[in-house]
Amino acid sequence: MRKFLIALGIVLALALPGLAQDAGDAPQAEATQSEATGLRAVLQDYAKQIAKPSRRTIGPVIEAVAGSGEGASRFLQAWSDKRVGLRESDGAFFIVKKSGSEYELSDPVTGKPAGTAPKSDIKEVKPNSGVRAEIGVALVRFLLSDPDPKKRREALTAIDRNGEASHLEPLRASIPDEPDPAIKAQKQRLERLLTIRFGKGAAERVAAIDSFGADLGLDFRATLNPLVATTRKLFEGAPEGNVAETLKPGRDIPEDEAYAMLVSANMAPARISASEMQQALAAHVENGQVGGLPLAAMADPVKREEAYATLAAAGEVPTRLTDAEAEKLVADHQFADIYAEPDPEVTTAAEAALTRVSRTVAGMQTVDLGLDALSLASIYFLAAIGLAITFGVMGVINMAHGEFITMGAYTGYVVQLFVPDYTLSILIALPLAFAITFGAGVAMERLVIRYLYKRPLETLLATFGISIALQQLFKNIFGTQARPLTSPPWLEGAWTLNDVVSISYIRIAIFVLALVFLALYLWVMRKTRLGLEVRAVTQNPSMAASMGINPDRINMLAFGFGSGIAGIAGVAIGLFAKVTSEMGQDYIVQSFMTVVVGGVGSIFGTLAGATLIGVLQKGIEWLNPSNTLAAQTYMILFIIIFIQFRPRGIIALKGRAAGD
Amino acid sequence: MNVAIKPGAGSQTLLEVSGISVSFDGFKAINNLSFNIGPTELRAVIGPNGAGKTTFMDIVTGKTRPDEGSVLWGESSTNLLRLNEAKIARIGIGRKFQKPTVFEDQTVTENLMMALKANRSPFAVLGWKAGDADRARVEEIAAQVGLADQLPRKSGELSHGQKQWLEIGMLLAQEPKLLLVDEPAAGMTLAEREQTTALLVDLARDHAVVVVEHDMEFVRRLNCKVTVLHEGSVLAEGSLDHVTADKRVIEVYLGR
Amino acid sequence: MKSGFLAKNPSVLWFLLLLAVFTLGVTFLSHAYGPGAISTSMVKTLGKTLCLCLIAIAMDLVWGYTGILSLGHFAFFGLGGYMIGMWLMYERTRDIVLKSAGEFPMTPQEVNDAIGTQIFGVVGGSDLPAIWTFAGNLPMQLLFVVLVPGLLALIFGWLAFRSRVTGVYLSILTQAMTLALSLYLFQNESGLRGNNGLSGLQNIPGVSAGQDHLSIWFLWASALALGLGYIAASLIVSGKFGSVIRGIRDDEARVRFLGYSVEGYKLFVFTLTAVIAAIAGALYYPQAGIINPGEMAPIASIYLAVWVAIGGRGRLYGAVMGAAFVFIVSSWFTGGRVPDLPLGFYTIDWVDWWQVLLGLAFVLVTLFAPKGLSGLIDLFEGIRRPNRHGAPLGPDKGSFREEEAQE
Repeated sequence: MRKFLIALGIVLALALPGLAQDAGDAPQAEATQSEATGLRAVLQDYAKQIAKPSRRTIGPVIEAVAGSGEGASRFLQAWSDKRVGLRESDGAFFIVKKSGSEYELSDPVTGKPAGTAPKSDIKEVKPNSGVRAEIGVALVRFLLSDPDPKKRREALTAIDRNGEASHLEPLRASIPDEPDPAIKAQKQRLERLLTIRFGKGAAERVAAIDSFGADLGLDFRATLNPLVATTRKLFEGAPEGNVAETLKPGRDIPEDEAYAMLVSANMAPARISASEMQQALAAHVENGQVGGLPLAAMADPVKREEAYATLAAAGEVPTRLTDAEAEKLVADHQFADIYAEPDPEVTTAAEAALTRVSRTVAGMQTVDLGLDALSLASIYFLAAIGLAITFGVMGVINMAHGEFITMGAYTGYVVQLFVPDYTLSILIALPLAFAITFGAGVAMERLVIRYLYKRPLETLLATFGISIALQQLFKNIFGTQARPLTSPPWLEGAWTLNDVVSISYIRIAIFVLALVFLALYLWVMRKTRLGLEVRAVTQNPSMAASMGINPDRINMLAFGFGSGIAGIAGVAIGLFAKVTSEMGQDYIVQSFMTVVVGGVGSIFGTLAGATLIGVLQKGIEWLNPSNTLAAQTYMILFIIIFIQFRPRGIIALKGRAAGD
Repeated sequence: MNVAIKPGAGSQTLLEVSGISVSFDGFKAINNLSFNIGPTELRAVIGPNGAGKTTFMDIVTGKTRPDEGSVLWGESSTNLLRLNEAKIARIGIGRKFQKPTVFEDQTVTENLMMALKANRSPFAVLGWKAGDADRARVEEIAAQVGLADQLPRKSGELSHGQKQWLEIGMLLAQEPKLLLVDEPAAGMTLAEREQTTALLVDLARDHAVVVVEHDMEFVRRLNCKVTVLHEGSVLAEGSLDHVTADKRVIEVYLGR
Repeated sequence: MKSGFLAKNPSVLWFLLLLAVFTLGVTFLSHAYGPGAISTSMVKTLGKTLCLCLIAIAMDLVWGYTGILSLGHFAFFGLGGYMIGMWLMYERTRDIVLKSAGEFPMTPQEVNDAIGTQIFGVVGGSDLPAIWTFAGNLPMQLLFVVLVPGLLALIFGWLAFRSRVTGVYLSILTQAMTLALSLYLFQNESGLRGNNGLSGLQNIPGVSAGQDHLSIWFLWASALALGLGYIAASLIVSGKFGSVIRGIRDDEARVRFLGYSVEGYKLFVFTLTAVIAAIAGALYYPQAGIINPGEMAPIASIYLAVWVAIGGRGRLYGAVMGAAFVFIVSSWFTGGRVPDLPLGFYTIDWVDWWQVLLGLAFVLVTLFAPKGLSGLIDLFEGIRRPNRHGAPLGPDKGSFREEEAQE
């Protein structure tokens, strides 16, 4: 085995020089052709400096290489990556790649393969980091003015991600010649951002900061934030550096924290905590006594201190600093937050810019919150619009309304089991949910509610009975875990206005659906025979009956219509909420609130109620974002108080029609 | 349209209604109505349907708030518009409704006991026990309205006329200073009507009594001053003969 | 007068007699005082049933007699439970802390901190919130059992009745109040351990007797409270006060024209029944051993209405019958002790189907037996209510509820 390897080595050693010889001929021939022009000439002229670069002398060399035309950027890139080799036999430079025990060579000018060379023949050129930095600057310039726009964009992205002071000059230099306006704008923006960070002198940087105004871009804020970052420091005398704020212990900084800073700076002894003291005391119990005091007295904190002081005086435990001593130590020092950025003009400008930005951000957030509130309002409106008919117009309290919503959502789920195409399944589910809940509503009206029209409280209880029965029925059929109702792909994603404001398509769809239902409701109630008859029957059933309207039929249809809308709302709500047997319960109280707050009997009241509740809930959530439960609690409290002042809701029917 | 305000018989005024108006959905039910009554006076209010008779009573008893005008009560001129229904009832205005409204599920005794003049606060009522005097008073009132032998019966079992009487009895038990009586004779037999007339005339000796009535015969028997309401205002006022001679009244009642 | 009251209300004597027989019977069949024919857990169930009967009486007072369909009385019940639960949990934790501490005495601050860590560790806290200030003080917490729900009812009732919210609106409003309260308690920030609730309430600090005896003692206490509650409620509804509140139920405008402050009466009844509910809750939860905000969800209060409706509202024994019947039947069904019903193609497991049955039964009762179970007693006694043939009661349509006039 070993013999074989040695033999192989010898064979290779003999063969390679010949190979290298063959490969070496071609470049030499080329070199002669392009004598004294371009990169090759430059490389020849500065061969020595390139092979052994030093930071002090490399400047003109890089200039020359950079200005040499074809292959310059390739060579610079390879040079800075330490991939340039010098063939010692003829002093020619190649871009090299290690391959086993030899190098694959490629021509620096054309980039074409140029054969291979044995390891011994090539000396790798290894520029130090200083030189590499210089090369990097030259490279950036190249990339920034690369004819390929994609390359230029990549270069900009790289600088944006990892900008350095050295990028500034080449970036500036590349701007005037930039042909693509979009890239030019990007370059200019990046140039200003870099100026903020690395610009010479405060005036230039402040001007750059101010040039952004209240720009919302995340890159701008990311640039500013390190400038205003502070570190908390402690000083024996007056604070030094760019002071953001001097801190008064006890007011701006807790005494404990101030003292802890002293301790970590080795300027004060660590304090003995109450539990350490307790442990020390417990370790020194002798004959039922601690520090001369009976053990039972140790329940008193004052006595504990005394006992500890006795022990400390006897040298058995470390001395404990009293609070007064600790306070004095803290008071003898100054504490301050110091900006990392030394220039106060820049930090002031940065703080001002951040304030401007956050003001704009706040404005935008308000818009975003408004959109959120609007979408929540449309959900409540959808959930409540069915109630606006059954409760608002007919005066029937249907506690099972929430279960009709659930029924609609489960319909959507079942349809999706059979129809895998989500778009198609939703299109089938919507009318099917309407049909099913319409049927359920009609059945309920026929079997139960019509016997209870004059007994509203009993309607409430009977429909509640139906509600618990239905809920359990859903549980028995579909189980307790949430069922998925997947929205079609074109409803995924969000419409994004800027870094702050965005709204998901599904919410827009629900908003549109709410508007459609508002229109549908208005059309049915105001323009159709059914609406006219419903209004007639609810206002005066016996008079309506005497005019040939069948009140039974009308009540049945109206109740079915309201229930059907609940079913469709269920499909819509199921698209973004979990479909469980209890989902209806989550909406029922809010739905009733929506109708009551808005004003019973008026669809625009319901709209106003939904808007009020939606805005209110989002507003409270904004005040206390961590806690949606609290938001609901306070919202309900608000509604209870609101009803005190407008018992008939926002849009109240006046006069005798309201049942005074 | 307005007739000058004439002071009540006793020249003192118990109730002074001045310039009240109220409208429902743009319909003016009461239009600048003024009306006075003295402490011991019997007054009949007549008028066609929709003249505002019931609304007028609603305003005095606090059920409806007028849009404008004032309602003053008693010597201290208490503003009734600031009080709620219960307080108005407690200061001495009793009302008998057009349709008899008694508590049907409760006995005649219970109905009367509830109406009996006493402290109305929940705590007082909770500790209240019917004393001998109270029972005697209930029996006395029951006898007065002819329900003496009906006391233990549920009032829902009474006939329509008996319910009317029970309600009058409840009104008496309240011992109000002013009695507002809305169509007391409806559903009564002729004999009962006469009895009612006698009772009202008798009451008017030491109470103020306002009777709203359709039945002209009944009003004639009351033999008192009559106020004619029309479209929410006073059309005419005076003795029955005086107002029935008024051309406008004839026009309103008989049509053009 | 007393004899007169009892003569007029024979049901009170019967009720007290039955209650006494029941209590003694359970006592002498229990593990603690007898052969143990009734298990301790059964004794607890029966004790809890008595508490539910008490709150049903409160519900009947406020709904059956005054006509306010409150969907919030279980909130008061739960609040009462929380108030006593705070003391039970604090004292018990204190015992544990003191026992687990070594011989080195703790400062009061250390004890408090240790209790805080023990109780609130589960919700990631360690400080006792301010509302626990009096948790170690039994008389104060007992006072709170009455005061906190009472004040809540007073404030809520004042707001609601003042603006003359009636009928279903009031029901929805009370339901909203309950929802708000339970959502509030679900938060950890409420200082009552969020959705974990309070637990370990079955142990009474300072009492070394076992659960066998404790359960019987609580049964006695519950029976006593129920008996007193029944007497008090009977006294209230039998006198003129009862006349007035039934008047309010049937025609509140008419009562107003008689000079009674309807709002004042409603507020009085609402607050009083809230307090009764709270006392029932304070007796219930030590027997249940645990309380959490889920118990106070709006649905619990609706169930309360269901019990009273099934029992028959407008009479106190009806409420008691309803609560006892539904609760015991429901624990029987949900306890899995009812044999499954094979239908051939499907087997009905009553644990799953009991709710469906209850819901439908409730619909049927509402439709066909508005007087509920206690209507059976009427049949027995031959009592008839006036039949008004649907004629209206009075001019005030807004406040008139035909079914309530019929009772």
